[in-house]
Amino acid sequence: MTVLDSKIPEGPLAEKWSKHKATIKVVSPANKRKLDIIVVGTGLAGGSAAASLAEMGYNVKAFCYQDSGRRAHSIAAQGGINAAKNYQNDNDSIYRLFYDTIKGGDYRAREANVYRLAEVSGDIIDQCVAQGVPFAREYGGTLANRSFGGVLVSRTFYARGQTGQQLLLGAYSAMNRQIAKGTIKLYDRHEMLDIVKIDGKARGIIARDLVSGEVKRFGAHAVVIATGGYGNVFFLSTNAMGCNGGAAWQAYKNGAHFANPCFVQIHPTCIPVHGDQQSKLTLMSESLRNDGRVWVPKKKEDAVKLQKGEIGPNDIKDEDRDFYLERRYPSYGNLVPRDVASRAAKERCDAGFGVNNTGKAVFLDFKYAIDRLGEDTIRNRYGNLFQMYEKITDVNPYNEPMQIYPAIHYSMGGTWVDYNLMTSVPGLYAIGEANFSDHGANRLGASALMQGLADGYFVLPYTIGDYLANEIQVPRIDTNAKEFVAAEKSVSDRLHRLYDVKGDLSVDHFHKELGKIMWEYVGMARNEEGLKIAIKEIKALRKEFYKHVRIPGDFDAMNAELEKAGRVADFLELGELMAHDALDRNESCGGHYREESVTEEGEAKRDDDKFLYVSAWEYKGEDQDPELCKEELKYENIKLTQRSYK
Amino acid sequence: MADKILKELTLRVWRQKDAKSKGHFETYKVHNISQGSSFLEMLDILNEQLISENKEPVYFDHDCREGICGMCSLFINGRAHGPDKEVTTCQLHMRKFHEGETITIEPWRTGAFPVIKDLTVDRDAYEKIQQAGGYVSVNTGGVPDGNAIPIGTDDAEEAMDAAACIGCGACAATCKNGSAMLFVAAKVSQFAKLPQGKVEASRRAKAMVAKMDELGFGNCTNTGACEAECPKSISIQHIARMNREYLCAKLKD
Repeated sequence: MTVLDSKIPEGPLAEKWSKHKATIKVVSPANKRKLDIIVVGTGLAGGSAAASLAEMGYNVKAFCYQDSGRRAHSIAAQGGINAAKNYQNDNDSIYRLFYDTIKGGDYRAREANVYRLAEVSGDIIDQCVAQGVPFAREYGGTLANRSFGGVLVSRTFYARGQTGQQLLLGAYSAMNRQIAKGTIKLYDRHEMLDIVKIDGKARGIIARDLVSGEVKRFGAHAVVIATGGYGNVFFLSTNAMGCNGGAAWQAYKNGAHFANPCFVQIHPTCIPVHGDQQSKLTLMSESLRNDGRVWVPKKKEDAVKLQKGEIGPNDIKDEDRDFYLERRYPSYGNLVPRDVASRAAKERCDAGFGVNNTGKAVFLDFKYAIDRLGEDTIRNRYGNLFQMYEKITDVNPYNEPMQIYPAIHYSMGGTWVDYNLMTSVPGLYAIGEANFSDHGANRLGASALMQGLADGYFVLPYTIGDYLANEIQVPRIDTNAKEFVAAEKSVSDRLHRLYDVKGDLSVDHFHKELGKIMWEYVGMARNEEGLKIAIKEIKALRKEFYKHVRIPGDFDAMNAELEKAGRVADFLELGELMAHDALDRNESCGGHYREESVTEEGEAKRDDDKFLYVSAWEYKGEDQDPELCKEELKYENIKLTQRSYK
Repeated sequence: MADKILKELTLRVWRQKDAKSKGHFETYKVHNISQGSSFLEMLDILNEQLISENKEPVYFDHDCREGICGMCSLFINGRAHGPDKEVTTCQLHMRKFHEGETITIEPWRTGAFPVIKDLTVDRDAYEKIQQAGGYVSVNTGGVPDGNAIPIGTDDAEEAMDAAACIGCGACAATCKNGSAMLFVAAKVSQFAKLPQGKVEASRRAKAMVAKMDELGFGNCTNTGACEAECPKSISIQHIARMNREYLCAKLKD
């Protein structure tokens, strides 16, 4: 079994990063010009990394499947970005942000990585302000903050309900400046389909030009994967339609370990499914839980009437409403972490208290905040979210509570990386949501933006130098090398294998079937029996896929079905790995809830004696079971306790 | 609340094989569309139907499906993003259509955005305008503390109003002159309202306007159609502010 070396520096926690930075190698400006770096993905992590690396003097080739770097799904993040600035004088600190993140992640994240994340969080805000990101301000002109779930301080910076958009446009503008200078070459409408290794090191990628259909080779001295998460394995999620696990999956098949695949986040406040024609789910920002109160009826008969449409929410008196989060978790109330809020909603709905025709919805009510603060204040804080809700549901949330239900939102798991963000393939890096290291088993709200930008602006640009300093003698990578020829052929073969099936069922048909299996058995509650069924059913579905998938249109041209087929082929393997991982981890922690591991009060029960490790899976070949490698988690600074938000 | 079902709709859809080919309208029927579905979900159903008939599905740009990425770009019944206000195509819902309606679906129609397939256009011109100056020239690191640059709430809010642009192209596609003024003004105006943007204000306004002209976008005649069809309701006041910035910059030349 491979031994994974996390390369965490020695020394006290608070000094690790500064000491590490001081001792790692740097590349001279003259040599940086000779080195090429490929960055796949232009979201917060990829965009910020590409811009920063190009500013430093490297030659960057950036890739995205959209028609512009500005459209990556980071753009949809609504609520905010955390930073330990202590601007609100509420005794926030780097340590407190570090502690909250570790605890919020249910003690399955790496201490050293998380501390570093907290350490650079303040720099991110400074950087974004300097770029002209229009953060919300107080009347005195200073930066405003709000609170997010799982914390007791106010450390979230925001730009209305469009924080992700504004931060991404900041990174995008920094990229544009470099594109104009010629230090970044952007390949839009290109999708990465394989990694090319030479002598064990990552030396390039194979990508398909989505307009011409041509499969092309690109060489570089290092490759960075910043392609986000794999939530779309569930078909319905809050991810964009094109979000996929392809880059990470090809990395896995090329020897990079895939860590904690079963850790996915189910976000409690999404707009419920409207019916069979649904293509994706829309998130309502967690920031809404600052002012919204979550409830279902106390009496079953009221719930039944709501489900039949005989009464509306405003017909139910205050004393007949069950504010179940406030009841169960008095100290955090409506601001418990996402996994806790999601499970509590499921518990009430499973018990028959759901409030819409499907029985799978709870209320998020702003009446109380509007009574207290006035409609104008609420409109200022959440106006665009309320508008979005009304457009989708045709219900005005100023007059009637929103209906919400949990949905797949984020993947904490991802490509395994060491402290330098390098995967187990030398020269191959993974940053942002694509890696696994900072959020443990559950991510806190407003921390995804923080981590993406931390990796891209302040971590990778330094750590990659330590590797590239040894590569300065390597000339520009020759894409005529036999490894490139072979990789290109294998990609073409893979695409042909799909295209040539000429079956009778669409790609979406298989994607939806996979989603059903995943949601049923690898969703909010998992058990041994169900996970075994999932593995069996996914294997069978995969076989069907390669027998029956139909991809109309031309092979060498723009072909959305061929794009989707490649992504779904990956999901059909990744879903199985998730089930294997969930099966191995017979404990409940964070977003991973095993029905076999529960406290007497019905809360998730972690098992530190048996599972205090990162599960890093190694690929063993097609249709072979993957091999589990364990990276032991050491907590030297934080005492492990059972998480409580009561 | 269960949504009503539209039993039949007729779709006239622009089909074009690639950038070089000539396009034409095809007519399709779709059935049993829930009014709770989004417009793109209706197109998904059309595509499923086409696949089942072994025909090539309609290629259209879309991604986030929550109105923020700016990828979707359909001209529906003669209007950018269709018959609703302040929405992108993905946020347009079928409750805006009635039983038996014929819906005409086209790509953006403006010279600077050539069609590359079916309903998909090439918006690279917008990228080039941003690259010409849509940034503050700061490198990563070495910047002052966030609170060292105080900004009044009104300025921050106005900058945010402009920054809300999603770069979808509805403004240029709607404009009778094919002008990109609203798009360019949104970026120029965002930075004009912020102290961080002041240093390069002259250079930015000149460079972005010059690039816009170079790429074949038309000029602005203050009709206001762009503002009316902008999914983010970006105000044409920003065009006035850009004109001021541009004039001031030119006077200093």
